[in-house]
Amino acid sequence: MTTMNHDISGASGVEAGADEETATPILDVRGLTVHFPIKKGFLSRTVGHVRAVDGIDLSVRAGETLGIVGESGCGKTTLGRSVARVIEPTAGQIVYRDTAGRNVDLAELNARRLRPYQRQIRVVFQDPFSSLNPRMTLRQIVGEPLRTSGTVTGSELDDRVASMLERVGLSPKYMNRYPHAFSGGERQRVNIARALVLGPRVVIADEPVSALDVSVRAQILNLLRDLQEELKLTYLFVSHDLSVVENICDRVAVMYLGKIVEVAGTADLYAQPRHPYTEALLSAVPRPDPRLRGAGRRIRLADDLPDPANPPPGCYFHTRCPYAVPGVCDVAERAPLLTSSGSGHRVAACVRSDELGLAGVGSEVGGP
Amino acid sequence: MSHDEPLLAIDGLKTHFFTREGTVRAVDGVSLTVPRGKTVCVVGESGCGKSVTARSVLGLVDEPGRIIDGRIAWQPGAGEPVDLTTLDPKGERMRRIRGGEISMVFQEPMASLSPMYTIGDQLIETIRLHLPLGKEEARDRAVEQLRRVGIPRPEERLDAYSFQLSGGMCQRVMIAIALAADPALLIADEPTTALDVTTQARIIDLLRDLQAETGMSVLFITHDLGVVAEIADEVVVMYLGTVVERGGVDEIFHDPKHPYTNALLGSIPRMGAGAGRRLATIRGNVPHPSDRPAGCPFHPRCDAAIGGVCDVSDPPHIVFGEARSVRCVLHDDGAAVGGDFRVDGERA
Ligand SMILES: Nc1ncnc2c1ncn2[C@@H]1O[C@H](COP(=O)(O)OP(=O)(O)OP(=O)(O)O)[C@@H](O)[C@H]1O
Ligand SMILES: Nc1ncnc2c1ncn2[C@@H]1O[C@H](COP(=O)(O)OP(=O)(O)OP(=O)(O)O)[C@@H](O)[C@H]1O
Ligand code: SF4
Ligand SMILES: [Mg+2]
Ligand SMILES: [Mg+2]
Repeated sequence: MTTMNHDISGASGVEAGADEETATPILDVRGLTVHFPIKKGFLSRTVGHVRAVDGIDLSVRAGETLGIVGESGCGKTTLGRSVARVIEPTAGQIVYRDTAGRNVDLAELNARRLRPYQRQIRVVFQDPFSSLNPRMTLRQIVGEPLRTSGTVTGSELDDRVASMLERVGLSPKYMNRYPHAFSGGERQRVNIARALVLGPRVVIADEPVSALDVSVRAQILNLLRDLQEELKLTYLFVSHDLSVVENICDRVAVMYLGKIVEVAGTADLYAQPRHPYTEALLSAVPRPDPRLRGAGRRIRLADDLPDPANPPPGCYFHTRCPYAVPGVCDVAERAPLLTSSGSGHRVAACVRSDELGLAGVGSEVGGP
Repeated sequence: MSHDEPLLAIDGLKTHFFTREGTVRAVDGVSLTVPRGKTVCVVGESGCGKSVTARSVLGLVDEPGRIIDGRIAWQPGAGEPVDLTTLDPKGERMRRIRGGEISMVFQEPMASLSPMYTIGDQLIETIRLHLPLGKEEARDRAVEQLRRVGIPRPEERLDAYSFQLSGGMCQRVMIAIALAADPALLIADEPTTALDVTTQARIIDLLRDLQAETGMSVLFITHDLGVVAEIADEVVVMYLGTVVERGGVDEIFHDPKHPYTNALLGSIPRMGAGAGRRLATIRGNVPHPSDRPAGCPFHPRCDAAIGGVCDVSDPPHIVFGEARSVRCVLHDDGAAVGGDFRVDGERA
């Protein structure tokens, strides 16, 4: 359905890890923390905090697609939303480099001063079914951000909406229809149009294809690629699906219990993970080729994720890690930090990272 | 039980929903067989009729749905097969089969367990419903079942409630309940879809081990081709209420015959293939079953569709072997077209 068919394969596969030092980040997140209070009882007393995002440092480079992966509840959505300040961070900095090259800490701006930046960082939410107001037409849904920002009105607004719909592969003649008349894939296109209509520079896409059928998922992934190329977008791509992330992301950050445990260029991370949690995640993904059954290292983690309100001491992963060393990994003072190791641009928060020789995904790709 | 007759043979099943807006032909002529001791995966996109097919087997079709045609031959022992469509869904016989000879596990483990009763209550109740055991014996068996599905400290877990357990643990409990009476067939409807990949991998291992141990058959429903490749012996590909292709798991993945199977395989990202690869797509969307195209249901999205043929007449059912068939005119030697058609996706 997309109108563009230029092939950008390869273009985004360029090794992104190489210029770690030189690339200027468009977003530089430092010590970002989001704690949700746990309330109990009649007086709603706060009895503790869920550390959904627990002191995260992360740089996002202009024009890249950075994937955020991890199990359910590890804080991916909270990270994405707090970067866009849809959720208020508890602490930390979100340094955004604006079009004039100035650095602004979004975390400290009040609502009024934040507004111009919120036009530049937009979120695409996961569920194409519940995220669209059923009582609004496509014109209203996609036009709303323009209207509330007060920059565009009248027939110009209609023109902008129409061209945006066209860009995401929907005919403008559907402008007066309501969302229920559209399929999941079409609604996700509407969601994307709404996020892009203000001309943002950074798009935070939270599981944008997870609710879609296989055949439609590929259409939306290709659309996101085309739009990135055309509009020079930077993506923060949140997903629990490691196959999709490998396909679309230049770099990947792996999250566990509110922390990032590894960041690397996609090819490196998949071929040679440096954190045992990354290795375990990769090994659990079912591969769509029966000839690969039983291939590769088989690592199985216990189901029980620790309580994010009460993470274990030391390395948060040690309770499930097959390589944990008692007396080292479970000691609070020796909690591993996300530091560079090995080849320099690879970072992983594991004290044993260098000695383990973890297994990645082989290149044994089958297919007829 | 050394006879060759399949354990379950569904033939020409049609289950329609008669709604006020019109008839939804949710299952519209499904034929498939489940051999003894094998895992058959039913794969297809949302709404193609996977769950309704499974529920038809157990006489669990919701109002306003009805089985309007077809046979479901069930043959657990040496005797004559029973046609499950002829049984009263609420009758004694069907109740004995359901949960006893055939049991089912659903997608949402949390929602399938009652929050009002302990895990033990629910497991023991199922055991006593199907097996002639006293309270103590049933309790012992319950502990044994929980241990079998890999639940640590099973004695303690008997007194737990579902909301105290993780999603993976709940699904293990559901599997324990399903296997309580040693069924000949386990129907698992997207049993891992709501779980994390790490948990999914362990549940798949568990189902595979349990099958090897008991020799039961499994009808496994999923939309995830990765899961199919992991667990299936045979595969049934559905599209809009019909079976478009059946085959052994290797045949489906390495020699797909139907354009839909082929396109589906081309549109999934394959891990290890590297970043930045554009995916092949299937144009358009899956139509709603109340809005089914004439002729081949896939023709509006099919790159190989033949005008005047595919959009007019129902595709022929071409049988290559006992568990290998395809519904597509391209494989009909009698027709004007033929040859080895293949939509080449970007599979490396
Ligand atoms: N508004 C909230 N109030 C309290 N706790 C919350 C809130 N939102 C999220 N949490 C908790 O914060 C943690 C992280 O949640 P988050 O939704 O960010 O995870 P996620 O990685 O996006 O998970 P999923 O893959 O399931 O979407 C979880 O333990 C969750 O229960
Ligand atoms: N009670 C009902 N009334 C009307 N239509 C129904 C009913 N139950 C199912 N259907 C329709 O039957 C079709 C097949 O549904 P089914 O649940 O079998 O799909 P499925 O293949 O299991 O999909 P999914 O992957 O989403 O679970 C759907 O289009 C659905 O809308
Ligand atoms: S029958 Fe025709 S339309 Fe259907 S899949 Fe085969 S070729 Fe395509
Ligand atoms: Mg989330
Ligand atoms: Mg279903």
